[in-house]
Amino acid sequence: MPLLDIKNLSVEFTTRAGTFRAVDGIDLTVDEGEVVGIVGESGSGKSVTSLAVMGLLGSNGRVVADRMMFAGRDLLTMSPGQRRKITGKDVAMVFQEPMTSLNPCFTVGFQIMETLRVHEGLSGKALRSRAISLLEQVGIPAPETRLSAFPHQLSGGMNQRVMIAIAIACNPRLLVADEPTTALDVTIQKQILDLLVQLQRERGMALILITHDMGVVAETAQRVVVMYAGQVAETRPVDALFEKPRHPYTGALLDALPERALGKRRLPTIPGMVPGIADRPSGCLFSPRCRFADVRCRAERPALFDVDQGRARCFYPLADGQHAAGDIPGEVF
Amino acid sequence: MSIETHSPVIEAEADRSVVLEARDLRKHYAVKRGAFKPMATVKALDGVSFRLQAGKTLAVVGESGCGKSTLARSVTMIEPPTSGELLYDGRDVVGRSAAEMKELRRTVQMVFQNPYGSLNPRKTVGSILTEPLVINTAMEKHERRERAVAMMGKVGLRPDQVDRYPHMFSGGQRQRIAIARALMLNPRVVVADEPVSALDVSIQAQVLNLMMDLQEELNLAYLFISHDLSVVRHIADSLMVMYLGKPVEHGAKDVVFTRPRHPYTRILLAATPRVNAGLRSERVVPKGELPSPLNPPPGCAFHKRCPFATERCAAEVPPLRPVDERLVACHYAEEMN
Repeated sequence: MPLLDIKNLSVEFTTRAGTFRAVDGIDLTVDEGEVVGIVGESGSGKSVTSLAVMGLLGSNGRVVADRMMFAGRDLLTMSPGQRRKITGKDVAMVFQEPMTSLNPCFTVGFQIMETLRVHEGLSGKALRSRAISLLEQVGIPAPETRLSAFPHQLSGGMNQRVMIAIAIACNPRLLVADEPTTALDVTIQKQILDLLVQLQRERGMALILITHDMGVVAETAQRVVVMYAGQVAETRPVDALFEKPRHPYTGALLDALPERALGKRRLPTIPGMVPGIADRPSGCLFSPRCRFADVRCRAERPALFDVDQGRARCFYPLADGQHAAGDIPGEVF
Repeated sequence: MSIETHSPVIEAEADRSVVLEARDLRKHYAVKRGAFKPMATVKALDGVSFRLQAGKTLAVVGESGCGKSTLARSVTMIEPPTSGELLYDGRDVVGRSAAEMKELRRTVQMVFQNPYGSLNPRKTVGSILTEPLVINTAMEKHERRERAVAMMGKVGLRPDQVDRYPHMFSGGQRQRIAIARALMLNPRVVVADEPVSALDVSIQAQVLNLMMDLQEELNLAYLFISHDLSVVRHIADSLMVMYLGKPVEHGAKDVVFTRPRHPYTRILLAATPRVNAGLRSERVVPKGELPSPLNPPPGCAFHKRCPFATERCAAEVPPLRPVDERLVACHYAEEMN
């Protein structure tokens, strides 16, 4: 049984302009000890998905799902009190900007100990020594003296380590990291990613890594979920996805990377942009930007079809980066 | 390629197209450390020299705090350097009259990192684009507007969007507006400070293509500041890697990327996440973080994080010297293969 099992999750926001569906029927499963990467451009719904999993959405966000199970417990029917006991303990989160997600008014030590006090009921010396050992585990030098430091006295990389220490304080079974390295320099990014992977291996915890950086996902994740406009476009193991993407969107995203365009002067681009609240096409959501879209793509919404080692939401999945017309796999649902 | 080859013939030939030259540029800031402590000096820029040719791109890379943005501020004449020379068309900036400076500032324009912060939300695209013309030229109102509309077409925006406000555009479109604004006065040098790092991959590709097209069409020289080595590898002609205010490696792009000679360059390259497993280089894991510029380590500024450091590195500052077709500041550059 997967650790996290989500089926047909949608998140809607009520705005003045009407109801906006930021996440549109996604399925997501994460096994014990698995590293799943979620990639997508801004507005693809990756952060909203993670907030829904954490139960941290604001009051104007409506979560609907067929199934939302964590470790055999139903997150949908759970009382808010029970949910609070899981959030921050069994499911923890590392946010994007360490400088703004830590509270500037409290010391680093206080913020780590708060988690331990609430969830584990620790106090006194035991609490302090646990906090010190956590800072040590995330590679902060001289941890005893750092407990009394405020976030502004530490660098961005050090603050992100503190965030990770807070997240792993109660030995979570699932860690959700939302763009954990976006605000950091490449050398620090490397250190933080290595740290996350090392902690994940040592503790056997599952890790959901949300990022817009294809390189980060390629180097860290085991399985990748590519999101587009609130839907899953493609989900496959990391090597298969990067070697032979099956969804035209994944293919186009990879082609747009400067790293893949060595020797070419112009970078291949994806025309247009992610559809917004008002301009959702009636057919495949990617069809207005897709090189291969035909009449059927513009009229019908494709389901997630089975492809080799995973699934892709496309009537005509790519084969060897090429358009394979006529090769239409059977529908799954 | 005048920077790394020092033969007089090539230099003379290259000289003609050099629009901007920096010679030993330094910018030091005095900072307060506390009420009763003496002022400290931060050497944000400590001896930077380069030449920028028309139609070419020099990329400056390094971590935050390495002096990239201070360099941009010096080159755009927002702040005068503490010492060193900044030559436009072979003449130093220092000692020019106010009128000359005004003229000179028109030829250097800047594109900023965050298109959400760099455009005034209360002005329409039209007034954002015509403002440089109002200040710097004697054009009539309708002429200015014509120029703005023409420039919008050039950067891939629709002319009917001229009366819209920045919030009505996406991030990529806003960066196009910022680029259009920088080009309104026909500059010769454009300083781009992380112009694509706030953009999504697909949009990033569009903006990079646009910048390359404009460079070709208008023979622009770019000083391209970035931390993303894969972007730099695509767009740059030459590359300067900076560490704590000093260049540590400087040379033609292909030379530096294929045979990096400074350990810091190698670490930056190895730390860049790659999609192609085959391109991932050996895992040189960087140790620690950038030291405080208030209190830089003695000797080579990088030695505390360097996996190859010896006692000599802690004692002696390595000079920037030519090794294997590029300039590099490392005692052991010859042995880095």
